Amino acid sequence: MAITVKTVRRPVDDTSYVRATLKGLSLTFKHLFQKKWTMQYPEEKDAHQGWQISPRWRGTHRMAVDENGKAKCVACGLCPQVCPSNCIKLIPGEDEQGNRYPLVFEIDEFRCIFCGYCQEVCPEEAIHVGVHYENSEYSRSGFVYDLERLMKQSHPVSTLWDPADPKGQ
Amino acid sequence: MNAISGDAFLVASSIKVLVIFTMLMVLIALWTLVERRVCGFIQNRLGPNRVGPLGLLQPAADGLKNFFKEETLPPFADRGLFMLAPMMAFVPALLTFAIIPMAAPVPTPWGLVGTEIADLPVGFLFILAVSSLGVYGIALAGWSSNNKYALLGGLRAAAQMISYEIAMGLSLVALLVLSGNITLNAIVAQQQASHTWYIVPLFVAFFLFLVSAFAETNRLPFDLPEAEAELVAGYHTEYSAMKFSMFYIAEYSNMVTASALITTLFLGGWDIPFTQWDNAAPWTLGKTFATFAAFWSKTLFFMFLYVWVRWTLPRFRFDQLMDLGWKVMLPVALVYVMVIATVVAVLEVAAVRIGPLYMWILGAVNLVIAVLFFWVFDRRRLIGGAGGSRARRVWRAEAERTIAAEHDAALERAAQGD
Repeated sequence: MAITVKTVRRPVDDTSYVRATLKGLSLTFKHLFQKKWTMQYPEEKDAHQGWQISPRWRGTHRMAVDENGKAKCVACGLCPQVCPSNCIKLIPGEDEQGNRYPLVFEIDEFRCIFCGYCQEVCPEEAIHVGVHYENSEYSRSGFVYDLERLMKQSHPVSTLWDPADPKGQ
Repeated sequence: MNAISGDAFLVASSIKVLVIFTMLMVLIALWTLVERRVCGFIQNRLGPNRVGPLGLLQPAADGLKNFFKEETLPPFADRGLFMLAPMMAFVPALLTFAIIPMAAPVPTPWGLVGTEIADLPVGFLFILAVSSLGVYGIALAGWSSNNKYALLGGLRAAAQMISYEIAMGLSLVALLVLSGNITLNAIVAQQQASHTWYIVPLFVAFFLFLVSAFAETNRLPFDLPEAEAELVAGYHTEYSAMKFSMFYIAEYSNMVTASALITTLFLGGWDIPFTQWDNAAPWTLGKTFATFAAFWSKTLFFMFLYVWVRWTLPRFRFDQLMDLGWKVMLPVALVYVMVIATVVAVLEVAAVRIGPLYMWILGAVNLVIAVLFFWVFDRRRLIGGAGGSRARRVWRAEAERTIAAEHDAALERAAQGD
């Protein structure tokens, strides 16, 4: 069977290929000199043209530190309990005054799904998810962050989504 | 100074081959970058700018990558032809550039050296002949890949290139009628002598040639042979590494040759406009460099046009492509040849000497043809347009209704009067 091509009846008077072509060419030529939107990533980063990442961004974790330079964590065990991907390893310890503190606190960032439940559940506001996205490492073991490393992180922490203020005002 | 001869000719030719080949390859490499950057600019991006200053080393990186990539050979392919096809596309593409004079002759202690590799007496016929050999490479690439998309690409390339070759050849017949010569050096010299580039007396031929050059080089809006959206990558679907690169180089080389040919035939070649000092002996190196720059600025403009058009126009459908080739370009070219031949004959009878007047008379004829051509081609609306005419049509319909009503009323009154 012969292949038929559907031809659309166009208003002949309204069709002008020459004009359309010239118009297109002038349009593309104008674009040659317009402002370029490319963000040249490693040099410009997110300061470029207001492309900041959201303050609600949930990135790799950060442990808050008190004025004595110790982790705020009291090893209550809520965060490993709530963590849906089971990526927090916590072994609690207790000092002479009976204060609990984490002997071991490790987060496997590869297992983490960055839901932010740990930050939400923490009674001491110790563990946070951070506004941070550059996490490359040379080995997989580098992605298990221990307590020391979590305390050393300095990036801003996420403000999470607040149901009472859904638009973040 | 005499033209170079004997052993010196052999040495000079060898040097020219090396120099021009190198120049062409570097230009092609750089033009792949220009293409990508201009594309980026048109889309408000920056394009590749990371490798070297302004991204200038990007082509080197690409080339190196292609050398190290795996050469794939599909088990279902026709082995011999599959290996042969890239070469058959590559060689004619580079060969055609050999006869294009790029500047005024270079004076050397051994005699005058022309800036083309070979000043062939058959002139642009050589280019037409060799460039049409390129289609074998593409068609065979499609055939030997034993892949339906590649085969379709190859078939399309064959059909398209054969169709547009006719319009291309016929547009050059008009030029032949006017110049009476086919060697490129003579054509350039005539344009210089008559103080007019052939784009003026042969504008329609220029336009036809330009459009068919786009089709011949398989560039958008005629890039159906590789139509990514329909045919994966068309005829070079199954190719990788340097074999793929060779198709790419062939495409860009064809583009350079087509641009250089348009420059030579219609824009005075290496002629510098509005001056005469560059056209005559004594030849000096200064003249060579100046005319070289003139030639390449014209050629690079056309190469830019290729890129510019590519990122502006969408691809034709295959039947539209064939319609344009056979139903528009071919008849127009045929009629045009007749008209130009007639005008040239009439001018000869009227004893008008070849010079500015002669050229401008022909130019006026061309203007008329061009207007007619665009009128019909553009559906009876030259640069009218999409916007205004609808309102005008509504207005005209209303006016016609009013006139008809008045006419009816007049008839009625006449009937009552009786």
